[in-house]
Amino acid sequence: MSDTLLKVRDLQVHYPLKGGFLKPKTVLKAVDGVSFDIERGRTFGIVGESGSGKSTTALAVMRLAPVTAGHVALGDAPISTLQGEALRLQRKRFQMVFQDPFASLNPRVRAGQAIRDALDLMDVGMPAERDDLARTLFMQAGLRPEQMQLFPHQFSGGQRQRIALARALAGRPELLVCDEPVSALDVAIQAQILNLMQRLQKELGLTYLFISHDLGVIRHMCDDIAVMYLGQFVERAPREDLFAHPLHPYTLALWSAAPSMDARGQKRKLRIRLQGDPPSPLNVPSGCRFASRCPFAEDACRAAPPPLREVLPGHLVACHRVSDTGQPLYPLPTIS
Amino acid sequence: MTSPIDMTETTTNTAPLLEVRGLGVEFQTRGGTAHVLEDIHLQLRRGETLGLVGESGCGKSITALALMRLIPQPPGRITSGQILFEGKDLLQLPEAQMRRVRGNRISMIFQEPMTSLNPAYSVGDQIMESVRLHQGLDAQAALARAIEMLEAVGIPDAAGRVHQFPHQFSGGMRQRVMIAMALACQPDVLIADEPTTALDVTVQAQIFDLISEMRERTGTAVLLITHDMGAVAEMTDRMAVMYAGRMVEEGPTDLILSRPSHPYTQGLIACAPGRNPQSHGQPLQEIPGTVPSLLERQGGCTFADRCSHTQPRCRTHVPPSTWVQSGHRVMCWLYPDSEGARA
Repeated sequence: MSDTLLKVRDLQVHYPLKGGFLKPKTVLKAVDGVSFDIERGRTFGIVGESGSGKSTTALAVMRLAPVTAGHVALGDAPISTLQGEALRLQRKRFQMVFQDPFASLNPRVRAGQAIRDALDLMDVGMPAERDDLARTLFMQAGLRPEQMQLFPHQFSGGQRQRIALARALAGRPELLVCDEPVSALDVAIQAQILNLMQRLQKELGLTYLFISHDLGVIRHMCDDIAVMYLGQFVERAPREDLFAHPLHPYTLALWSAAPSMDARGQKRKLRIRLQGDPPSPLNVPSGCRFASRCPFAEDACRAAPPPLREVLPGHLVACHRVSDTGQPLYPLPTIS
Repeated sequence: MTSPIDMTETTTNTAPLLEVRGLGVEFQTRGGTAHVLEDIHLQLRRGETLGLVGESGCGKSITALALMRLIPQPPGRITSGQILFEGKDLLQLPEAQMRRVRGNRISMIFQEPMTSLNPAYSVGDQIMESVRLHQGLDAQAALARAIEMLEAVGIPDAAGRVHQFPHQFSGGMRQRVMIAMALACQPDVLIADEPTTALDVTVQAQIFDLISEMRERTGTAVLLITHDMGAVAEMTDRMAVMYAGRMVEEGPTDLILSRPSHPYTQGLIACAPGRNPQSHGQPLQEIPGTVPSLLERQGGCTFADRCSHTQPRCRTHVPPSTWVQSGHRVMCWLYPDSEGARA
């Protein structure tokens, strides 16, 4: 039985930019039609390069970016349309962990107080219990209670991310939106935080929306993964399907470009080389958005945008050059 | 230092182009003296790529700055060691002579292509400056050289873009400009300090391809500084692992990645996520604790507090450099020194 916690339908985040003298008004389409569901207790990952719209998607789900169109629902709460007090009351159900633990904590507030503030704000438990609650949260995140008296600058990056996690968990959320939560950390500390997040997920039954540009992190953490390019999903599939049988040329390019300790030397030969940089989201191509960099693009690709369609069970791809049965119609690179 | 190392035995036929011997660097801070580098030994041969890996704060960037003699003094101070470039100690050169080496024979690209280019000069001017200074080219020849370099690093319409300014280039393009600038004088050594950390993975792949291509074409030796084990695997012939200001392991990249000897290297390799689909849902291997402060140096191995193999002497004596195999050495008490492995 499936138990969908987060439902996102055709989400759009468009930013109108002011025109200038002789300069027409333009619209920056940061997110342009994104749909997905996350079942309770699972982790949904969005991977993509900078400017792909993955962070904006996370912010829109959090209602921290304006939703231009589309629908976001958490359980039966339509969070994309709630306003004011109604939204505030729902907020404790979905919380966020940001990339930069140096910027996301107030330098003048002691670590324990930061968590206590969150408890007060969201009215969790009785006021008399909250100091104990804060202490429990602190310890749950792997910190020592005596450290609650310290200020953020007295903690390392990894410890600060633990504080951010403890604070996000204060309202006992169901959904945790994590935007590059370990990207600012060294690899040894990354492992500590990822392990903590998985342990908390198991213990508290959390659901994660997990944003990262790091394929290794995404593969380790997520059950289902979407690959994002210029504001849209180009491919979406369960983790191992996506890693073992990527279908979209962009996914292939991403996979083959990431340096890896395994298959040393082999990958270079298999690499799909992309030319240039992604086009600007101000000036989105009319056909397939990836066509200008795709080594397999044909005229049809430039003519009409490919729809995101299910070609294998649970595996969706938006590419004209993948057949309806999930076969790539372009030549797969082989070791030469 | 506790372990005088005779490095000459590994270099049977070719003398290294650049050799660092027993380099030590300290910084005076308000909290006391920070031992930023201690007893660093490195060798770079012509045409080879050496990877220098470690977490932030381990001293890899300071090593690069020391090679270029760019450590601000004070607060920094080079306390010991030699940096031999073609047999001459760079640390003893007068500044005027060092200037002829820097940017000419040894050049460097930095992590942030946004901040390391001057926004007020066109990219062409910035490339021309070094070739005019070092190679004495006139303005016209220097411009031709700048265009040639921009073409070589794959910038389309180089003749048109040579007069453009850094803000008119994307991040990847700016890093290409940096590489063009660094290679314009055909240096013997290119130091690349996290050259792709600010870039997306597909652009990173382009830059790595470019560095490899340029290395093959010009025979420039490359010192690649990175925290990314994947990048080391992909790019380098040999690698050195640094931890808290000391080198802990050095050797051929293939050997170290397949059979890391130092517990820290083992931990670094094992804690990388997403490598093994079977292990999904299992916790990653962690390195417990955090990097020790460089201010309070205790006796013994700097990794002892985080290591799972710590013995009593790890806390009292700095482990010597031990050859575990030919060309592969490790600073750890776990390995008995076998003279046979040295040759």
